[in-house]
Amino acid sequence: MIRDQGLVSKIWRFAVWAVAGLFVLNLIGVIAAVVVNSFATRWLGTWLPVGLTTKWYFSAWKEFQLSSVVLVTFEVVFTVVIISGLLGVTTAYALARRDFPGKRIVVLLFLLPLLIPPLTYGIPLATVLYQLGLGGSFWGVVLINLVPSLPFVVLVMIPFIEQIDPRIEAAARVFGAGTGSLFLRILLPLLLPGMLAALLLVLVRTIAMFELTFLIAGPTSQTLVVSLYYAVFASGVRAGQSIDAMAVIYMVTTLFWLILALQFVNPSQIVARAKQQPAT
Amino acid sequence: MSTPSLRHRLAARGFDGTTLLVLPGLAVMLGLFIYPFFYGLADSLMPKEGAWYANYAAFFSDPFQYRTIAATLWLALPVTIVNLAFAVPIAFRVRLMTRQRLLTTILVLPITLGTVFVADGLLTFLGPQGWFNRVLILIGLLDAPVKLTNNYWGVFASLVITGFPFAFLLTLSYVTGIDPAIEQAAATLGASPRQRFMKVFLPLLVPGLAVTFCLAFVQAFAVFPSAVLLGAPAGPTRVISIAAYQAAFEQYDHSLGSAIAMIMGAVELIVVLIVLGGRSMFYRGPTGGTKG
Repeated sequence: MIRDQGLVSKIWRFAVWAVAGLFVLNLIGVIAAVVVNSFATRWLGTWLPVGLTTKWYFSAWKEFQLSSVVLVTFEVVFTVVIISGLLGVTTAYALARRDFPGKRIVVLLFLLPLLIPPLTYGIPLATVLYQLGLGGSFWGVVLINLVPSLPFVVLVMIPFIEQIDPRIEAAARVFGAGTGSLFLRILLPLLLPGMLAALLLVLVRTIAMFELTFLIAGPTSQTLVVSLYYAVFASGVRAGQSIDAMAVIYMVTTLFWLILALQFVNPSQIVARAKQQPAT
Repeated sequence: MSTPSLRHRLAARGFDGTTLLVLPGLAVMLGLFIYPFFYGLADSLMPKEGAWYANYAAFFSDPFQYRTIAATLWLALPVTIVNLAFAVPIAFRVRLMTRQRLLTTILVLPITLGTVFVADGLLTFLGPQGWFNRVLILIGLLDAPVKLTNNYWGVFASLVITGFPFAFLLTLSYVTGIDPAIEQAAATLGASPRQRFMKVFLPLLVPGLAVTFCLAFVQAFAVFPSAVLLGAPAGPTRVISIAAYQAAFEQYDHSLGSAIAMIMGAVELIVVLIVLGGRSMFYRGPTGGTKG
């Protein structure tokens, strides 16, 4: 490692850290503002609220019907995770193990949804789903959420599968393993860490996926983040503290899975899928 | 010598039972992504009334509509440039840190929490009585609170809060991929820090930065919830996604909505192609220091 000791270098270093520190400070401020407000009895024109209370959590839970919203959120999210996991891992396995004509086009097809704004494909897809009668339904929400999550699983799993030596599978075949036991006893244990990481990331992303769910969700198929949007959109109707209490509930649900995911992956892996892009 | 069976010939080209595993996933993508895309394209060319291009003509002749393109670019481009401009030097510092995990964990928070939560938080934080204005008044930078919500700057702030960590984490993964031995070699040969950055690191980083720019731009360009909640959705922050959403789900004109969605995708792809096209003018090759 090289350290320059000149004055300019020192000033530059200080400036860079100062900017980074300011950003983190503001970020913590934004999150803390929500948390503090959700516990405030009254907070107007002062540094901190006058008093603290937990009553907003009870009122938010009742007002926004959060028990059913949280239930729907988990139903949607787990269904999306299971479907995209099953389809994604098999697709990634085929793409990682075989070279066939047209493979580049297939890989490009799985890259495109990550490069196109969600609303661009979301609006036509929502139109199709509404015409199929799936608008506002549970399965409509699940289907629209598969579009970004399935490619995500595929792109995370391809490099993971590629680094498993194919000779292990060949050896298992030599010793007489059938396709079923090859999968259950050889591949599954080897793939498990990667699958767990990919699926937890999909889970976190689906909880936070607003745009697509918003297009299709009806009153009975709203996820937490869509309910939160409607609450903030109509702020003034309800107490701000109540909305922020709901935001904290949303934050806790997301963070629980994020912390679990971070046991298996590096934080930068949540965004750094760019490495898997083929050279164009 | 007999010709091999069809099964063997296909297997030699890479088609066998394992290849078929690609089919379920492929079918889902064709059904939920490709088919709706062409459906939307056809739908946009079949307006409620008028010629086949009536939707596009309506969009480009109404200033309330076509100005959304400029409004979106006017938000997305500066935000992406600012995010990237801060991400690069900070990533260069952080790469020397031994314990990056705490910082990267904090930075991943706004990405996972999403724009709706950040917009809600910023409404309080940047508000006239929020901590941001209070601190600036306390240290004497301001005399009276400035208005930072329900206008351009509110949306800008929300895009920085969610976009900067995204750009930073991507840049960091590229920066740490460069072999430190290259920098040591340059330093041994007498290059100053500035020269090492401009002549050694930057050329190696340009392809990665171009990809980072594109991905960060896509996120900023698709801005929707925060433009409604934190911006002025009828005025300067009426971005193109709001126009598309309103046409499709508030005026129930899915044909016009699809047309605006197609325009949105086209504008975004043009910017991405310009950036990726410019990338090909720079060095592309290994960033490791080993002998090739």
